[in-house]
Amino acid sequence: MKALQMLGQRTLDILASWGRGAQFFLELLQAVPAAIARPGLVVAQIHAIGNRSLVIILASGMAVGFVLALQLYNTLTTFGAAESLGLVVNLSLVRELGPVVTALLFAGRAGTSLTAEIGLMKAGEQIAAMELMAIDPKARVLAPRFLGGILSMPLLAALFSAIGILGAYVVAVLLIGIDAGNFWSIQQNGVDVWRDVGNGVVKSAVFGVICTAVALYQGYETEATPEGVAYATTRTVVMASLGVLAMDFILTALMFSTP
Amino acid sequence: MNDTPFIEIDHVTFGYDSRRTILKDLSLQFQRGKVTAVLGGSGCGKTTLLRLIGGVHAANSGRVVFDGEVVDTRNKAQLLRLRRRLGMLFQFGALFTDLSVFDNVAFPLREMTDLPEVLIRDIVLMKLNAVGLRGAAALRISEVSGGMARRVALARAIALDPELIMYDEPFAGLDLVSMGVAAKLIRTLTDVTGATTLLISHDVPQCMAISDWVVLMATGGRVVAQGTPAELMASQDPEVRQFVRGEPDGPVKFHYPAPPVAQDFGLGASA
Amino acid sequence: MNKKSTEILVGLFVALGALALLFLALKAANLATFGNGGATYTLQARFDNIGGLKPRAPVRSAGVNVGRITSISLDTQTYQGVVTLEIKEGVNFPKDSSAKILTAGLLGDQYIGIEPGGDEKNLVGGDVIKQTQSAVVLENLISQFLFSKAADSGGGAGAPAQ
Repeated sequence: MKALQMLGQRTLDILASWGRGAQFFLELLQAVPAAIARPGLVVAQIHAIGNRSLVIILASGMAVGFVLALQLYNTLTTFGAAESLGLVVNLSLVRELGPVVTALLFAGRAGTSLTAEIGLMKAGEQIAAMELMAIDPKARVLAPRFLGGILSMPLLAALFSAIGILGAYVVAVLLIGIDAGNFWSIQQNGVDVWRDVGNGVVKSAVFGVICTAVALYQGYETEATPEGVAYATTRTVVMASLGVLAMDFILTALMFSTP
Repeated sequence: MNDTPFIEIDHVTFGYDSRRTILKDLSLQFQRGKVTAVLGGSGCGKTTLLRLIGGVHAANSGRVVFDGEVVDTRNKAQLLRLRRRLGMLFQFGALFTDLSVFDNVAFPLREMTDLPEVLIRDIVLMKLNAVGLRGAAALRISEVSGGMARRVALARAIALDPELIMYDEPFAGLDLVSMGVAAKLIRTLTDVTGATTLLISHDVPQCMAISDWVVLMATGGRVVAQGTPAELMASQDPEVRQFVRGEPDGPVKFHYPAPPVAQDFGLGASA
Repeated sequence: MNKKSTEILVGLFVALGALALLFLALKAANLATFGNGGATYTLQARFDNIGGLKPRAPVRSAGVNVGRITSISLDTQTYQGVVTLEIKEGVNFPKDSSAKILTAGLLGDQYIGIEPGGDEKNLVGGDVIKQTQSAVVLENLISQFLFSKAADSGGGAGAPAQ
């Protein structure tokens, strides 16, 4: 009986936190116009979120491109389809791996730093100080970071895919010896800019929303202790990653199921 | 001159949740242009009082009156208007760590006014000069000491020349020299600008030295005594005496409630 | 000032990102082959069976890309597949040209190939290509093959019996 009560309480707690999360998200959206009016703040955030993620995104993109090319070559040659290597790597990156892997890396690198920053600001009473100065912290602190994340993600995903394809080029053309002309022309014939590249951009924008919103929420709601902040950053990575993967499934089904 | 209190707490009851009531039917008045100190041990609701005045929380029952207006936390426009007239100094400064000293003090000016940068620069330097830190304007927050940070926060709190200044534990963690400086600043500001000052602290000597009126609170938001510093220092009430003299045991017990010693140490239980 | 350098770096980041997108769109996808600015005219063709033809599949003549399929629908009166094509402006075909559904490579995607006829007048926007050849349906091919095989052996068996 006690266990049932606890289970019920836990469920209610989880629902309550989802409710708070939804309310937070709506308030965040309401604060966006105010942030658009202060482009200086957004630019500073794009620097903190986007520029600082460049190294890991580019490095991962190149590595994934290399590895995909190497692995797929083996399988494709058994079907005599080695020439399609560029196409397969391209589609894998642009449709899926680019947006998803970038989002997961983003959640880890930028998401945790956002959570920690907001959490520590809250702990140091900076948020309360702003409120008492009659300045809305959501508009001044959270919304610029939100916009910064949404704008950075598609750019980072595009860079990931682009450098991945270049990495595959190095492996396919320079190392394995596939014809360069074919490498590019087969891609140009097989990849549709709106359906594949465009949908990839849409995906990465959606993932940007998820990762940034989760990171900001966790930071805002965290307890003002070292354990609280540590726990919150963990939750950011876990929830953002799960959200991205779930959304990826839905979006892929919507975008790519009917040819 | 207006004789009504600037801030009035009228039979206010408040608790963060249903289990803990921090303030029970509290009534207080803060006179215009005077320094009022609220003293009390930790956990007696002093900081909560500041939050209620600032409209951060709504009282469960009773009213908070700000210069004749009842504070309604749901009225955003009113809160905006009232908060522009108050400045708050948080316990450890609550400075914006990503900005410089100058930018911290300029923050309220930049956000709340449309003044040109040239004018803002002059105002910021004047405020920093008032707290003795005009030369530190370019420093980053990580480069200033605790006492200096407190002064920067003070400069920021007075940037818009507020009518009500609230200090949350301004002397906590300061050395004697810094404490003296802070106390002098608090008193001078009130005298020069005519602002109403609310001082939350448990530092008895400093508070007594600069306050016009002292309120002593105990756990549960109960007002133990209030009066001029001289009156409280001379009081015969055991609670007041214990606090004012810092005696470890008295009406506020040393021992946290516990079962008898014999029980915990298993002495004389079975013979 | 610090603010200036931040702005420059962000500008660089955005420029890099935009470059990556352009690269993906042009070098690694088909934006270059069909510029949005290119003027096109519309033709229609009707087929008994469109096979695996999909919208946005290419239209080629002599193997060269000259256009794209914009939509495919069913004519409920004649029960034929109606394919709408967009052809690049400047590439004109005689009125009696034929449209065939061909397959790229052995197992590749299907596309429409246009073989020019000999008419003096050309197809203009809104015209319908009269000659069409439907897609090859594998099942029909197999049954044709089996039928002809059966006919051969039946004829052969019949001969000795005579």
